[in-house]
Amino acid sequence: MTTEALALRRRRGVRDRIASGTAGPIAAVVLALTAAWYLAAIAMNYSGVRDQLERDETPYTVGDVIAGTLSAERPVLPAPHQIVLELANSLFGLPPTSNRSLVYHGWVTLSATVVGFLLGSVLGIGLAVLIVHVRTLEKSLLPWIISSQTVPILAIAPIVIVVLGAIGIRGLLPKSIISAYLCFFPITVGMVKGFNSPDPIQRDLMRTWSATAAQSFRKLRWPASMPFLFISLKVAIAASLVGAIVGELPTGAQAGLGARLLASSYYGQTIQMWAALFAAALLASALVALISGAERLVMRRMGAAP
Amino acid sequence: MNKINNIITKSEEARKVAGLDSAPGSLAIEARGLSLTFDTADGQVEALSNVDLRIEEGEFISLIGPSGCGKTTLLRLIADLEQPTAGTLSVNGLTAQQARLGRRYGYVFQSPALYPWRTVERNVMLPLEIVGLSAMERQERAKRYLALVNLTGFERKFPWQLSGGMQQRASIARALSFDPALLLMDEPFGALDEIVRDHLNEQLLKLWDRTFKTVVFVTHSIQEAVFLSTRIVVMSPRPGRIIDVVDCDFPRTRTLDIRETPEFLKIAHRVRQGLRAGHAYDD
Amino acid sequence: MTLHQIGSAIAVMCLVATLALPLAVDASLFDHPILLAAIVAAAAAIALEGRQDGLVSILLLMFAAGSLAAVTLALLESPAIVGHAGAGFWAIVLAAWISAAEAIAGLAGIEPHARAARRFVGLAIPVLFGAFLFYLWEVAVRGFGVPAVLMPAPSAIFDRFVASLPTLGADFVQPFVRGVLSGYLIGCSTGFLAAVVADRIPFLQRGLLPLGNFVSALPIVGIAPIMVMWFGFDWPSKAAVVVVMTFFPMLVNTVTGLSAAGRVERDLMRSYGADDQQTLLKLRLPAALPFVFNALKINSTLALIGAIVAEFFGTPVVGMGFRISIEVARMSLDMVWAEIALAALAGSAFYGVVALAERAATFWHPSYRT
Repeated sequence: MTTEALALRRRRGVRDRIASGTAGPIAAVVLALTAAWYLAAIAMNYSGVRDQLERDETPYTVGDVIAGTLSAERPVLPAPHQIVLELANSLFGLPPTSNRSLVYHGWVTLSATVVGFLLGSVLGIGLAVLIVHVRTLEKSLLPWIISSQTVPILAIAPIVIVVLGAIGIRGLLPKSIISAYLCFFPITVGMVKGFNSPDPIQRDLMRTWSATAAQSFRKLRWPASMPFLFISLKVAIAASLVGAIVGELPTGAQAGLGARLLASSYYGQTIQMWAALFAAALLASALVALISGAERLVMRRMGAAP
Repeated sequence: MNKINNIITKSEEARKVAGLDSAPGSLAIEARGLSLTFDTADGQVEALSNVDLRIEEGEFISLIGPSGCGKTTLLRLIADLEQPTAGTLSVNGLTAQQARLGRRYGYVFQSPALYPWRTVERNVMLPLEIVGLSAMERQERAKRYLALVNLTGFERKFPWQLSGGMQQRASIARALSFDPALLLMDEPFGALDEIVRDHLNEQLLKLWDRTFKTVVFVTHSIQEAVFLSTRIVVMSPRPGRIIDVVDCDFPRTRTLDIRETPEFLKIAHRVRQGLRAGHAYDD
Repeated sequence: MTLHQIGSAIAVMCLVATLALPLAVDASLFDHPILLAAIVAAAAAIALEGRQDGLVSILLLMFAAGSLAAVTLALLESPAIVGHAGAGFWAIVLAAWISAAEAIAGLAGIEPHARAARRFVGLAIPVLFGAFLFYLWEVAVRGFGVPAVLMPAPSAIFDRFVASLPTLGADFVQPFVRGVLSGYLIGCSTGFLAAVVADRIPFLQRGLLPLGNFVSALPIVGIAPIMVMWFGFDWPSKAAVVVVMTFFPMLVNTVTGLSAAGRVERDLMRSYGADDQQTLLKLRLPAALPFVFNALKINSTLALIGAIVAEFFGTPVVGMGFRISIEVARMSLDMVWAEIALAALAGSAFYGVVALAERAATFWHPSYRT
């Protein structure tokens, strides 16, 4: 036993620590991916650019073609710097209220995501509390909730949008409903697992103290479920974002990242399409990072090991 | 006279069958000045400091001591699962690494470590697959060694269908299946209750008597050490070292009853004194 | 009085009230003597049930719920009632609801000893629950006369489903078999291989794992229009989306799984002088199987979602996502629901097949021992 504990604590030199940490490898992989992207961009845009130069009947070298592949207007695969430039331009170069600004579109999608996320979380946690306390619900409803995760729920998105649109509800609410619907399932399932996670020994102890169900919930089940809560919230917010984006597709909405993706794909503006996609990715990472930050705060207050 | 000769010849035969390739009385393990020091955030820790030990073939050696005295470390060094920072170690005349690659020993851990996706039989065959024996040979050996540990009839069962004691017996059969001359056991019965432990102690002793293996056995239990061994090595921590080596000259075929004899108690007393001298009972 | 007794009392009162309240404008219960008899029998069952316990009580309640449900469905066949159901009708529905709820609660309370019986009850409860929900849907839509354009009744959806089997078949077979399955196989196998390769190079592994986790959180469905642009409108673009969606969960899970083998087991392999390949094949891969199958199950759902959403972006001539967008635009919601039912069936079946394979391959895992 001592051997294992000691072995884990051998000191390492600085170089060892860089090589054995995670920052180095991640940076290396990202660098490698970026390099591969540039090569792919050159390869995929090559014939298109070369044909264009042929048509223009200007003399060209291979270098010209390569330069062309990395700065084409409608490339098959935009180069990373093109995407970053377009992204920066759409985020900072345009006024936020312009309907070409990704801040505007991002905000539209973000609001639907957050509203849906809050709705879904409240519903999901509430339902989990009910399921854990009412035996009948656990046996009748929970199996459906678990098996519904195998169903491609996104298929319902168009119906929700259209039906609600028919009775006059448009805009934020239908998208939020889709988002809420998508994040409600992982939260319910995760929280049920979390509420049931305490050891039977712990639950017996509560019974020896004649704790009421509410006390037992507040003092044992709820704190014990925190890890599960944050895992589910991270899954839920990512699902919520996907729901909001997909919710913008069926009726050809005008605003939002999904709408932007769709519009760019219709008009063949590939760089804008990739920029919108990157914006969505940034949004997703920011949201997940927010929840991770919240998790760290809560865990530290609860005395978990750092 | 003839009868005695017969007995001697028979024992030599048995030793040949057991795969021992040198004359009795030669060294199975020799450690000289063996040390293992760790660098930790709190400074250097000497898990093992200047250990000298000579183990002859056919002996049953127990390593006993409190936590941190280095007994498991010593065992792992012999098994080449750790490397020493100083000193020399030879196993059957080879370095520890050569011994490991040559599969000269079988290791039994504290937990049975049986693979849950293999039947008991296939678990025993695992080292044989790695060594490269034919399917028929593997089958035959698995049967033989499971019979040796009294698990006939359980070949097709899965580990979770067996009790803790039976799982540990299966892991002993696995350790023996490729006929190593040396058996290294790290508190193999520590997780079992006393009644099962006694039973397994008896079975292990019978096994040792029949197969003439050299056994190095790590334990916490004075009673177990005195009952099983030909020699007891008492160790103490900080730094890990040998305090005392106690000879145990009970006959090879012993029963649990000897635990109440005065000779047994005398040896146990000496072991306990050694542990006290090594501060095992201090706060 | 317990909740159960209150409920039963309300149910019986409802049934009595039904005799007085109108079923609809021109309809009365006395026009349907058989149904009237059924209602009386149900009321009797509910009243008697309180004196019994255990299985008999549950059976009585199920009889009551079943017969009342049948009565209401039969009543809906009459044109006077459909669309303008009155208070009397809803009283019967309420009584049916209460008896069904009590029956299900009763089933949830019993704990049979025999394992087969336990499994059966465990299956029966959600099935009955779901069946009753469908019944309520049907009765609400048809009783209130909800326009089919807004929300079709389950029976209408079922009829449309059966009638459109050829279309549904085409929507399913081609895109599923070609797009989803091929994408799933390619994505899962490349993810797996990448993990095994990364395992050899710890440096790579430490870089890939966090990245894989990161990418899994991104809205990958967003690459659908890009894939359509690269691979065209037909199934290859769907397969491409599925490949990207399934690659990362498989990678992350396999990497985690490969480090799942315990230290003791790995020391054991070292003590046998086993080389890296033997350790990988005999220990680490089998130990990683539970994680691999976890990813395979997750991916089965992701694959289907990816293919359907990809179709929202592109416009092929066949496929579930495509059909849904078209029929939604045409407001023929019964077809949309039929497609959704098809997607649900496909999703559960796919998942079920993977789960069965998981059971066969990882039967030894502690999670299967109850």
